[in-house]
Amino acid sequence: MTLTDTFRLSLRTVISYRLRSILIILAMSLGVAAVITLTALGDGARRFVINQFSSIGTNLLVVLPGRSETSGAFPGAVLGQTPRDLTLKDSRLLARLPQVKRYAPLNVGEAELSAANRLREVTVLGSNADLIPIRHMKLAQGSFLAHGSTNSAQIVLGAKLAQEFFPLKQAIGQRVRLGENRFLVTGILAPQGESMGFNTDEIVIIPVEQAQSLFNTTSLFRILVETKTHDAIEPAKRAILEIMKQNRDDEEDITVITQDAILATFDRILHALTLAVAGIAAISLIVAGTLVMNVMLVAVNQRTAEIGLLKAIGARAEDIRLLFFAEATWLSITGATLGFLVGHIGSFLFRQAFSQLPAWTPVWASIAGILVALITGILACILPAKKAAQLNAVHALSKK
Amino acid sequence: MIRLSGITRTFYMGKQTIHALDHIDLDIQNGEYLAIMGPSGSGKSTLLNVIGLLDRPDNGQYKLDGKLVSDLSEAEQAQIRREKIGFVFQSFHLIPRLSAAENIELPLILSGIKPNERKIRVKEALNAFDLLDRAAHKPAELSGGQRQRVAIARAMIMHPTAILADEPTGNLDQQMGKEVLALLEQLHQTGTTLIIVTHDRELGNRAHRKLVLRDGKITADKTHDIN
Repeated sequence: MTLTDTFRLSLRTVISYRLRSILIILAMSLGVAAVITLTALGDGARRFVINQFSSIGTNLLVVLPGRSETSGAFPGAVLGQTPRDLTLKDSRLLARLPQVKRYAPLNVGEAELSAANRLREVTVLGSNADLIPIRHMKLAQGSFLAHGSTNSAQIVLGAKLAQEFFPLKQAIGQRVRLGENRFLVTGILAPQGESMGFNTDEIVIIPVEQAQSLFNTTSLFRILVETKTHDAIEPAKRAILEIMKQNRDDEEDITVITQDAILATFDRILHALTLAVAGIAAISLIVAGTLVMNVMLVAVNQRTAEIGLLKAIGARAEDIRLLFFAEATWLSITGATLGFLVGHIGSFLFRQAFSQLPAWTPVWASIAGILVALITGILACILPAKKAAQLNAVHALSKK
Repeated sequence: MIRLSGITRTFYMGKQTIHALDHIDLDIQNGEYLAIMGPSGSGKSTLLNVIGLLDRPDNGQYKLDGKLVSDLSEAEQAQIRREKIGFVFQSFHLIPRLSAAENIELPLILSGIKPNERKIRVKEALNAFDLLDRAAHKPAELSGGQRQRVAIARAMIMHPTAILADEPTGNLDQQMGKEVLALLEQLHQTGTTLIIVTHDRELGNRAHRKLVLRDGKITADKTHDIN
């Protein structure tokens, strides 16, 4: 029997056992669609996070106090030392480095904001004028913190806060009270929503020294540094560590994180997550494969007399085996193709519904989904096909 | 020609041993018309299955046209079934989802014959067996006699040297049975060996040679010329 005839005959069988075939194809296609849609979501999440990172700034270095250790407890804790604070003096040192384009010291805290008989707790950022370009933030109105001054009594409000406190009035030029001190509103941030853990619509920004006095501290939370070029990131990191060491009794007790490193970590984590999700979805394909095996075993029983007849008119055991494999191949191919389409339609709908989520299926996931479907479908047929091929023709023919 | 020597086939049913064929020696010339008779359980179907290479004897030799076929591999026996033997069954054994024409075509497909030639040969067969207007019908849409005609057409499509029929009229009423038998005898007249297993005495008497089996042994082997 030629291969063409084998596939043609088995296609007839697939079509004539309509309900059974539809159910198998459905199970197969759901499995493939699950792989494709879920990996699209996983990979979409990965791209979403990467986009978020890019949006908070480019060529970014973050300097934070303390040495990050890969193992053991804080060495400082054991030796009775605490990591030294980062100070404004440190940040000014960084400004002298040739690789550094600009920097923004950062202090973060909570304080009560009150104005026009309203009062609420807000997140306060203390920084300087360069925070805006470094973090790619935008102003809606007014001006940001003044250049060169780190202690003027001015305040920039998040978009939502400005709306809440001054729903009817122009917020610029109003006086507000933050903690004990009074500030003049000079600017309002453009609405930006959530960005790396902060809702920038609900923060206020004041000059860094004002923040330090408000929170009664001399230390900084972080220093954000932007290098002149992308290639300058690594040299800048080394130079920062070096200059800080010189000024800190030769001790390296700060940590410099590059944005690339954070990105790479997130990329790895989310890629692993995508793989895990794909693996879980692939299990449903194995379930579908088991279903194929089950149904094919039933088919062998149903078609016993027919198999006997085929043997009587000269079919070899090999021909019978191939007929069953061809049948499983049809079912798997149809299921995989349908699942591929449904999966991509699903990802498309996700992209439509959540425009921020770039839910595109990675190519490897499409290929893997289809291959796993074909392989499980065909593997599942080994046992039934063998059983059919080995049927005793005389017994098979005597069965009605 | 068919030559069986010392053919033994034993079945074990629990503790019981059944000698379905007990040292059978039998020669059948090409073109013979042979009826195998006997009570049920006498081994007549087993004998037919051994001759048709569907069943392997436990002992003994089977030569077909001078070639020892009892020791051939499964695939080689399948090829002989395809080329030299045509089966006709009591219950027709047509594939229900295929049309009459497609059922007749099956042996040609199994032999790997090209679609163009298949079409011509199926057409000829449909014509010869008076089934042209039933070509596209499924077996369920055919009468019993028509179904058996399709089955005979399928058995003949490869021009076998022998037709093996196991109770070919058993599922048909008298009129249709007669027609089917006439058709088989017609084929015999063109030179095909015809071997029929039956317990119908009248049918058995029409054959030129009558074999009676009992407990796996040949108890009578009579040849008589009717014509």
